[in-house]
Amino acid sequence: MKNEYRPFLSEIKEVIKHTDIEYTFRMAYDGEVKPGQFFEVSIPKFGEAPISVSGMGNNSVDLTIRRVGKVTNEVFENFVGDALFLRGPYGNGFDVNDYTNKELVVIAGGTGLSPVRGVVDYFSYHPEELKAMTLIAGFKTPKDILFMEDFGRWMKNMEVILTVDCSEDDAFCHIGLVTEYIPKLKLQDVDRAVAVVVGPPAMMRFSTQGLLAAGFREENIWISYERKMCCGLGKCGHCKIDDTYICLDGPVFNFVKGRKLID
Amino acid sequence: MGYLLTKEGVNAVLKEWAESYLIYAPVRMSGKGAFSETDSIRYAPITTVEEIEFEKKSDFPFKEVLIPLSETLFFFTEDQVTEADGPKKNAIILLRSCDLHSVKRLDEIYIKNEYEDYYYKRIRDNVKFVLMGCKNAFENCFCVDMQTNRIETYDASLEKKGDFYEMDNRFADWETVLERNGMSRRVVVPSYVTETNVHVSIPQGLSLDVSRSKIWDEYDSRCINCGRCNFVCPTCTCFSMQDIFYTDNGKIGERRRVAASCMVDGYTDVAGGGAYRQKNGQRMRFRVLHKVYDFKKRFGFHMCTGCGRCDDVCPEYISFSDCINKLGIAVKEVGGHNEE
Repeated sequence: MKNEYRPFLSEIKEVIKHTDIEYTFRMAYDGEVKPGQFFEVSIPKFGEAPISVSGMGNNSVDLTIRRVGKVTNEVFENFVGDALFLRGPYGNGFDVNDYTNKELVVIAGGTGLSPVRGVVDYFSYHPEELKAMTLIAGFKTPKDILFMEDFGRWMKNMEVILTVDCSEDDAFCHIGLVTEYIPKLKLQDVDRAVAVVVGPPAMMRFSTQGLLAAGFREENIWISYERKMCCGLGKCGHCKIDDTYICLDGPVFNFVKGRKLID
Repeated sequence: MGYLLTKEGVNAVLKEWAESYLIYAPVRMSGKGAFSETDSIRYAPITTVEEIEFEKKSDFPFKEVLIPLSETLFFFTEDQVTEADGPKKNAIILLRSCDLHSVKRLDEIYIKNEYEDYYYKRIRDNVKFVLMGCKNAFENCFCVDMQTNRIETYDASLEKKGDFYEMDNRFADWETVLERNGMSRRVVVPSYVTETNVHVSIPQGLSLDVSRSKIWDEYDSRCINCGRCNFVCPTCTCFSMQDIFYTDNGKIGERRRVAASCMVDGYTDVAGGGAYRQKNGQRMRFRVLHKVYDFKKRFGFHMCTGCGRCDDVCPEYISFSDCINKLGIAVKEVGGHNEE
């Protein structure tokens, strides 16, 4: 019988620094993985933390890690030429087939861009599989922008709205909250358009409200939740909401189900 | 096959069992109670029948045998990860009907909820259960309403009958030892409770909408979020991961899982400062609904087995069964609708 708790050592192939506190770690991994799934990343002595997959490559997965806790602090301190322990991937992840041949709007706030980056990337390489695509990405300040090098590429075949909460001198992006851009979306058929929203709880609440007000159908919206998870296996209980285990049944939910999940 | 045994006969059976099993039973721990000069009844390994506390409900459940409060999963040495060994001996657990019903709840989460838990399974596969009959309900029990007052799926039963003991055996391997040590064969039906002092009624039409009800508000101030209700609950299974390193050699350490409580601060904390259910009333709502609503929605039967230990232990005299009985008011208050 497999011991699901046993982590494997994965080599850090590359570190991409986005901001002072957000780096992407390109980790050696050759199994199947979907965007929006997550790994339990650990450093013995400091513990485990669930980190979502922000990109998939040949024999690698990208884990974008924000330095905000005990484990992630240690990851930032001691990664040079090193390896991290991983187990996973866990969770359902995004299914790109849900969006094919439709107009897709992705709304991401801060590190919320990580779990959907794989989706955005997929359609940037396969634009013919969508009718149209818009990415609205919001960050606190220009200094906090993640995946800057990707935005240039994405802009070539999708509508990209990059916005920051507060004003600082940078002409590259807009100023304001992501929600301001929802009513301005130019859609052919809002009744069939699909949307993905990932970010901090308040941003997700207002963005989904905005989408519904703009005429999106509930069943055409997907969200991804972040919760404390000690196991990723439906055992530890921390992520449970109602009868739903975010780690098993999520973290990606259709809004029809997601909107009913009250912590 | 059922048997009548003398005390010596039972002890002879226990002695033979002890060759291959550690036998866990509720025992009276003198002076270990919550208040001065009170006893605590807890699970511990026993070797003789005299050590078993038959007359009282155990304050803590048997679950610590299957899911230890702190369990080492791995040892770390530099980059080496070594799996911790499981218990060396098989186990026999003496327990009451409600508690044997709760084993089904533990199995559901640890064996069936999509992944099999390696550590649970390796203990569980080597555990046998001996049912202790209940002649009368204890204070705060409501097993009859939760339909956990009877059970047939035991390996053996043991019950005191005057100066003698009755045992029923359902595990073929044990037949010879009982045959050899029993006085006579007889039909044995373990006692079970048919009436309790406390009653609960779980309303129809429960849904998460009741989280908006005012019934939870009183617990904001009454509950002190100590988590004792979770630790005495035979069906609470939550844990947190914990890495520790040895002080005399910082390069060697272990990863453990330790029991966690949904009532205690920190249970939902995510890195960066996010947390959910800050109010104790909402934590109470989360716990109560898990026990009598959403576990059933997922797995088909209620999690709560009506043992009443949470009521026994609460230092603020909060009654779980009273809270269940208020759910009907909550459903009406928020305009109940039946989702199921």
